[in-house]
Amino acid sequence: MTVTKLISASALVLIGGLAQAGESDTLSVEGQAMTTRVAAQAHTPNLDEVFSGWVFRTDETQALQMDDFENPGFVFVDKGIDLYAKVDGSEGKSCASCHENVEDFAGLRASMPRVVDGDVVSMENMVNDCRTERMGADAWKWSSADMTAITALIGLQSRGMPVNVKFDGDAAAQWQKGKELYYTRVGQLDMSCSNCHEDNYGNMIRADHLSQGQTNGFPTYRLKNAKLNSIHGRFKGCMKNIRATPFKEGGEEFQALELYLASRGNGLTVETPSVRN
Amino acid sequence: MAKGVKPRVKVPKTAAAGDMITIKTLISHKMESGQRKDKDGNKIPRSIINRFTCEFNGQSVIDVTIEPAISTNPYFKFDAVVPETGEFKFTWYDDDGSVYETAKNIAVG
Amino acid sequence: MGLTRRNMMLAGTSAFAVATFCGIPVLASAVDEHIADFTGGADAVAGAIELDAPEIAENGNTVPITVSAPGASSIMILAAGNPVPAVATFNFGPMSAARSGSTRIRLAKTQDVIAVAKMEDGSFQTTQATVKVTIGGCGG
Repeated sequence: MTVTKLISASALVLIGGLAQAGESDTLSVEGQAMTTRVAAQAHTPNLDEVFSGWVFRTDETQALQMDDFENPGFVFVDKGIDLYAKVDGSEGKSCASCHENVEDFAGLRASMPRVVDGDVVSMENMVNDCRTERMGADAWKWSSADMTAITALIGLQSRGMPVNVKFDGDAAAQWQKGKELYYTRVGQLDMSCSNCHEDNYGNMIRADHLSQGQTNGFPTYRLKNAKLNSIHGRFKGCMKNIRATPFKEGGEEFQALELYLASRGNGLTVETPSVRN
Repeated sequence: MAKGVKPRVKVPKTAAAGDMITIKTLISHKMESGQRKDKDGNKIPRSIINRFTCEFNGQSVIDVTIEPAISTNPYFKFDAVVPETGEFKFTWYDDDGSVYETAKNIAVG
Repeated sequence: MGLTRRNMMLAGTSAFAVATFCGIPVLASAVDEHIADFTGGADAVAGAIELDAPEIAENGNTVPITVSAPGASSIMILAAGNPVPAVATFNFGPMSAARSGSTRIRLAKTQDVIAVAKMEDGSFQTTQATVKVTIGGCGG
């Protein structure tokens, strides 16, 4: 507890120097207002307010997301558009052959991931199901350039819509599993997701301004690797930083965690493709 | 040809004669700097876009000499004066000899 | 006294100090060389040239900068602390308007970013900005 308070004290000094990055900024993208802060809901009792990762970034990084040309992620959305129209696989189809207008996907990303017959279904699963079962094409790797381009394109259709993930009824068991993972310490550094993203969001960890770890903007363009990053790819990176053996991308643990995390962001608007550190 | 290179440009569709307009360009390219090392500790050779030019109706707007310190997915914003209807031509030159081009028309009414 | 640990440490420190002192001119000259090549040895002075760069870079991989110099025919950008200081040179053509350019650059560490403009009248202007570059805490 003392260590946390020490970090908080020095963090306040550092935050002052971080050019106005903070919880009070408002985001508007291409004239569309986004909800970047919203009251927490009953299922996240340890949070009063839910903040988008956008508010924790510097002015310059925030500005990159406010315009669809400044946003470097959009060159990958363009690639997604090309892929969407491209015929691939034994059946001679493209995504467009069945899903004529990608705009019809509006609302999908806002309610992902889903639970069907007890299994979490992520957007990547849906894409690969189509590819393997209806296009006769190979599945794409979970965090590959092709997959993130398509999930960015589909996610973009829900931009500005509030995240609304179902986590009760059929989804409750997986949600519980994800919640347990969120609060379980792992790795040589013996840290859980909550240690940083619930107990210390807004504080600095060395030179990083900690966010709440929300997923409403994924896949996200990270300045760090200059490309789109998937949700599971980000989980993997975080686990590596804690010196833990990461779970498998697309595996049960990350899917349960994805569901739980998505629910923590209920009420924020989808920002895909966001720009982050 | 480097893999997956895709240009993206933003030019207003119309302008008044003599207007100054802002042009934004981006191209997806890894810009391998030549400083990184691979798993065995060997330096990964430099492979970047080394020059970017923009012309309007055959006349130069800007000609940028690019070094490895330009970020992945090189972005340039600059302006141009538009005297008449015409075409902006954008060209990127790759270390590996490839040349990437795109063009945008602008109508001056 | 002989080779005590204390003596070794003192000797090491002085050697380091000397090396650093001699090191600074070596590093500076790479930048000076670029500038001398660009100006032909002429002086570059302060003027209307402006360089806009963040005080703290969120990530050294992608640092947005803008440089402008009304009346310039070209502007060269250098990163004094990078392994290779050259960043880019904007050469403005007849259809250029405001003689300014924005781009995104890589900075290896906290350093000065330097802009030198060659003016249409043959004179030279310069300005610089210090950008703090941090190593991330977690960042995956």
